[in-house]
Amino acid sequence: MRTFLLTFQELMRYKSALVGLLILSFLVGIAIYAVVTIPYGEAVQLWRGTGEKWRVNPRNASPVWVDYFTPKKLARTLILDSGQAQRTEEMLGTVARRIEFIYIFDYNADVFPSELAITYKTNFQKKPPLVEVIWITPDGREFSLGRETLKQVGLRTQWHMLSVDEKLRRAIGGAPEKIFFMDPEQPERPVKGKHKIIIKAILFEPDAEISPQVIVYGTVHGMAGTDHLRRDIMVALLWGAPVALSFGLAASFGTVITSIIFAAISAWFGGMVDTLLQRLTEIRMVLPTLPILIMVGLFYSKSIWAILATLLVLNIIESSVKTYRAMFLQEKNAPYIEAARSYGAGSIRIIFRYLIPRVVPWLIPSFVLAVPSYVFLEASLSVLGLGDPVLPTWGKLLSDAYSQGALYRGYYYWVLEPAFLLMLSGFGFTLIGYTLDRIFNPKLREI
Amino acid sequence: MADKKGTGLDGPVPFLYPKHAMERSLHITSIARFARYLVTRGLFIGFSIVVGVFLTVVIANMGGYVDAIKKAEIEERISMAVYQNPANQHLTSEELRSLIEAKVAQEIKRLGLDKPFIRFDSLAGFIKSRAFLYLVNALSMSLGRAEHLYSSSGSKRVWLIIGERLPYSVLLFTSASLLVFFSSLVIALILSRRHGSVWDKMSVSLAPLSTAPSWFYGIILIIIFASTLRILPFGGLVDVPPPENRLMYMASVLKHMVLPLLGWFISGIFLGVYSWRTFFLIYSSEDYVEMARAKGIPGRALERRYILRPTLPTIITSFALMLISAWMGAIITETVFNWPGLGTLYMRAIRQFDTPVIVGLTVIYAYLLGITVFVLDIVYAIVDPRIRVSGGKGE
Repeated sequence: MRTFLLTFQELMRYKSALVGLLILSFLVGIAIYAVVTIPYGEAVQLWRGTGEKWRVNPRNASPVWVDYFTPKKLARTLILDSGQAQRTEEMLGTVARRIEFIYIFDYNADVFPSELAITYKTNFQKKPPLVEVIWITPDGREFSLGRETLKQVGLRTQWHMLSVDEKLRRAIGGAPEKIFFMDPEQPERPVKGKHKIIIKAILFEPDAEISPQVIVYGTVHGMAGTDHLRRDIMVALLWGAPVALSFGLAASFGTVITSIIFAAISAWFGGMVDTLLQRLTEIRMVLPTLPILIMVGLFYSKSIWAILATLLVLNIIESSVKTYRAMFLQEKNAPYIEAARSYGAGSIRIIFRYLIPRVVPWLIPSFVLAVPSYVFLEASLSVLGLGDPVLPTWGKLLSDAYSQGALYRGYYYWVLEPAFLLMLSGFGFTLIGYTLDRIFNPKLREI
Repeated sequence: MADKKGTGLDGPVPFLYPKHAMERSLHITSIARFARYLVTRGLFIGFSIVVGVFLTVVIANMGGYVDAIKKAEIEERISMAVYQNPANQHLTSEELRSLIEAKVAQEIKRLGLDKPFIRFDSLAGFIKSRAFLYLVNALSMSLGRAEHLYSSSGSKRVWLIIGERLPYSVLLFTSASLLVFFSSLVIALILSRRHGSVWDKMSVSLAPLSTAPSWFYGIILIIIFASTLRILPFGGLVDVPPPENRLMYMASVLKHMVLPLLGWFISGIFLGVYSWRTFFLIYSSEDYVEMARAKGIPGRALERRYILRPTLPTIITSFALMLISAWMGAIITETVFNWPGLGTLYMRAIRQFDTPVIVGLTVIYAYLLGITVFVLDIVYAIVDPRIRVSGGKGE
């Protein structure tokens, strides 16, 4: 404990370590925040993208802050509930009713909205309601969106995605989000002003209710933007932190610990054991690491823990074992080991109580320095399509962005956000690692 | 600091601290001893190759599970063929089934799938198993035919498939590695002379940039140079359609090489410079260097004779291992840049369970590595007179 405190004090004397520690505490903060606010199960559920949760988000929307750096005012998503509409109701005969909703909203962005949709929430029993929609643009053009009978969908919301309605497109001669919003004089610019939407619904049951909702999808969303499945990228950015940190630390810790135990056994017992372990490290050199990880990922399991286990098995006989073994060979003949032997300590006791603790300071830098390489390994495997199937991670974001052509289509935020966090964690660990190396490696300190 | 002992190599570590360096030890006293050492080393390396390739054979066949996939494929193919054959229309379903079974059994026997994939009950059983056959074929470099992949000329021969992609990997990654290696060596040497200067300090603080792999920088470079500036291509080998003119063709390939090369360079150079610089600095603070300096030996001569000379084995090692790894290409960088080299071939082979190609790629790599390590053992003995030769035993 005391050594730990001393090391920490020493570490604080270096500016680079201070920066590294700041970065790390920031990442740990994100990780804790993510795990506390979005529990594991919920994160997995959210990222699977099922349910209604993401449907009101625009597709491939940039982060909101992009708006501050562009000369044009970008569009935010508008959701107009029936509560915001003027509602008038009249009886048609004894049972049937006509309800009219009038929605008015001001559109003042310099770009077109990305999509349009109208949703209906109804609770009819047998006779479905009939709805009719009329859209009046600021310059007074009037479009009828046709009449439709709502289908039986239970209590769930029925969606009418105007932007993918082929019939509507043909009727008005183009995509509704363009036609409704464009200036007829200058078709490439949206017209600003008040849009009016009239939704008339005829209900045929006395208890039936209807509440329509108009969604004008924007081009920006949230602090992180959205992906092709309308998911909020923030979820993966947040959850990527605990996954990356725990995978990086676990893999690094696991590989260092296992190889050090092997090295200690190899050095302590010598003879046949030693020869065998030396041969194993040579066999390991021939084995291609990444292809084996890819094969495990494709053939057996894509789970991040299966990959971790494979890494551990491969790393037990990694060539770094040789370096550790050399340290142990020197320690092996030290007087304190002889003392331990003379009081009758067994091999296991000497290895775990005397040999290994003695070299731990040497290992700390390499342990810290190895963390980012495993963080990036996870990302690399994800880019190859072998990321964990359920967890939202930074690598998965990069992989999705890459496979969805974000690079070609200009969705740079999708790539740069996870890339920035990956780079940040890489920097944090290496800055601390290099400083630790200087502290524990007196020869480097002079340099 | 623990001094590293041993005559072998430390694996594909790009760089070794002096604690891994050779110990001062006995001279090579006799040719016989040297020969014995070489033979033992050769045997050990050969043994490693055999075991490593065998493990790859087992893993790439999923421990025999690929057989089940193949058998299911055969069954499906044959039953489809039998049912669709109009000549079989008059047969009853009973007869059809027995016909299919007979044909499937014949096909399985033809492909040798009736023999067990692997068994360890007896030596004879093991030798008869297909895993052993695959191993022997792989080691004798008769790589056979691919299951699904084709070469661009339409051949299924693994040698042709690998052979047509090898030049592209070698072209890209050898030039990239050479570039990184020599520039980091030269920059490091210059920095170690001006140790403590602003440039030196900058090289230290830039070293963390190398934690990111080359594909990562590749993506960033694509954003900058391909998507935004539109001056370089996103990926691929050559423009579409390929230029007719030979010179134009080469220019186009070079243009496509720039971004992957640059990505590789950025991800390698900072750590390379930092490590070599530290390495040279540690060596230049050795007592014998101080002594030589005190004697008034001029800087350049000191550097050549007292710093570069003893570090030569390390430099040669990392150079050789770097070249070998360049021959394997880089799976992810090639995937990101859509470069038609061995890396993307590896990936496609794994995705399509094409074991002959996977094993072929691995065995070529294993041989290249084994030969390099062996040659390095000899080179070590020649360039480093301090090397200890003790019949191949580590300590």
